[in-house]
Amino acid sequence: MIKFLTKGLLRDRSRSLFPVLVITLTVALVVFAIGFMRGTMNSLFLDTAVILTGHEKIVTRAYNEESQLMPNDLALLDVDQLIDSLEQDYPDFFWTPRITFAGLLDAPDENGETIAQGPVIAFGIDFLSHGSRQVEIWELERSLVSGSLPENRDDALISSKMADQLNIRAGESVTFIGSTMDNAFTTYNFNVSGTFNLRKGQTDKQMMLVDLSGARLALDMENAASAIFGFTHSLYYDDEAAVNLRDQYNKTESDSLDVFSPFMLALRDGNQMGQMVDISGAMLAIMGGIFLVVVMVVLWNMGLMNGLRRYGEVGLRLAMGESKGQVYRSMISEAVIIGLAGTVIGTGIGLSLTYYVQENGIDYTKGMEALSNSSMVMPNIFYAQVTPDLFYIGFIPGVFATVLGTMLAGLAIYKREMAQLFKELET
Amino acid sequence: MSKIIIIFLSFTFLFAQADDMSVKDIIEAMDNNLNAKSRILTSKMIVHGRRSSRTIESKNWVVGIDKAFTKYLSPPREEGTIMLKDGDKLWTYSPQSDRVIQISGHMLRQSVMGSDMSYNDMMEDRPLVELYEATLEGSVEIDGRDHWIMLLEAKVKGLSYPMRRAWIDKKYLLPMKEELYAKSGKLLKTSTMDGIKKVQGRWFPSRFIYKDELKRNSKGTEWLIDEIAFDIDIPESRFSKALLRK
Repeated sequence: MIKFLTKGLLRDRSRSLFPVLVITLTVALVVFAIGFMRGTMNSLFLDTAVILTGHEKIVTRAYNEESQLMPNDLALLDVDQLIDSLEQDYPDFFWTPRITFAGLLDAPDENGETIAQGPVIAFGIDFLSHGSRQVEIWELERSLVSGSLPENRDDALISSKMADQLNIRAGESVTFIGSTMDNAFTTYNFNVSGTFNLRKGQTDKQMMLVDLSGARLALDMENAASAIFGFTHSLYYDDEAAVNLRDQYNKTESDSLDVFSPFMLALRDGNQMGQMVDISGAMLAIMGGIFLVVVMVVLWNMGLMNGLRRYGEVGLRLAMGESKGQVYRSMISEAVIIGLAGTVIGTGIGLSLTYYVQENGIDYTKGMEALSNSSMVMPNIFYAQVTPDLFYIGFIPGVFATVLGTMLAGLAIYKREMAQLFKELET
Repeated sequence: MSKIIIIFLSFTFLFAQADDMSVKDIIEAMDNNLNAKSRILTSKMIVHGRRSSRTIESKNWVVGIDKAFTKYLSPPREEGTIMLKDGDKLWTYSPQSDRVIQISGHMLRQSVMGSDMSYNDMMEDRPLVELYEATLEGSVEIDGRDHWIMLLEAKVKGLSYPMRRAWIDKKYLLPMKEELYAKSGKLLKTSTMDGIKKVQGRWFPSRFIYKDELKRNSKGTEWLIDEIAFDIDIPESRFSKALLRK
């Protein structure tokens, strides 16, 4: 029966080609739009995650209480061992230590006398370890304005805004003035290997990025870190999974009576990030829902029109002796076949497109530069995101709506009276 | 008769008597005990952090209230670090970066070597009698020793502690305990001293304990004086900025 119907569809292009084409395009659009919206939201979260929170962040309980003060005297100790056990217990994430510190950046002349000085917020990031993905997630190759990426322990990248302010160029030496982990005064020389611009407004105005090993030497933080950041391998933030992991970790690994025991925070635990995550989830659901409904109406209407267009054919078939049920079922079966074909092709195209944009992104740098004076942290390249639900979401409009439209149109079959059929066919 | 009474009352207010010393005499005596024409001392600073304690050893050369040279002797990370005070300027040299950095502005409020003392505390060496107006609040016995309680209020602007309350031992003439306040009246720091010894004719403590009351869970900083010698000739060259990097 299916074979018979399929042959019929293939031979009558007006019944197959156009409907399949419409379903394919619509499903592809649905899959890509949802993937792109989800990816865009994730891009927004990823910026915050990379700079401030990670998808998961582990700090000591005491550090968490005073995190605004960057209290490195309350930092995590024995970090290598902690990371080893995290990698073993939670392999869905990659874990990386981070030192966040602040102080003054001093630019000396050739005699070592200060010529310029300004406040700096610095991040000690694990750039140099084998297999580190920090350069990738910070998008530093793209953000580099001059010079090169850090290659040695004492190399530093400073923001181009700060470099302009202090008149520092790549290749020069600067001195960090601040406090060690023990709050003792420290000065440490870094070589400016390059300057960068994250193109995220004022976020990087006073930012310096150094390798973790250099930060550890400068702050006397051997095998210590302000925090350990965890990121999913796909860099996609799944809030529910992150919250579950946080709860599980804190239940098993964190001692509420020990202020120095490790304590895990999910991205949503950052400043107002919980609200952001919830709002974006709701927005995504509303936008996706509206889009899905609109598309369903279009495909439903197409199914309806297809059914009504075949009014004469149905009448003829009924006149020839086919039962109403047989005609109705065959029309629905045809709709299922067309819907399935269009949905499968559409999902394939939509997923391919989403995957392409996931890997390459759509660059809005020029548009974002116009916003560079605002304090908004916005990504410059929007990436789509392939998620498991994209593999089946297209079936809702593609098959369900098409079949529903056909079913509705087919109801007319049951309303037709045999006595009137020949009269109708004559006209 | 009324004139005599007024003169008598004025005299009482101007020279508030504390036993047989005026308030001004007490403050001056306290200044004399703590300050000298010059001094050389070696000391240990034990900084009690929230996790562990660190001991920092240093040697100081001080002339009057304007010049001070401090060389850190241990631990290894601090060894060779030098601090030079000349008038209202403060420089630090760190062998790690081989840089001489002037400490100024908000950096003066930072902690010295992670202790409960700030650079500002180091800078304010002027005699108390020049900086504060003192009022006697009463007497109290602590550990069997008589103390005056003295309230000192700033008479010059720009001091780190516009108000301080001192418990002054009547025999040693030293502020055994001090509370240092902000202008708002908020308690900023407390300091105590003990181990009083007679050194070259003056009473001098061998241990100070400072506590920054704004630091949560602060356990304070001990400053132990190992050796001290007063009124020794120190060559001017000791305080040369050019010598910092040598």
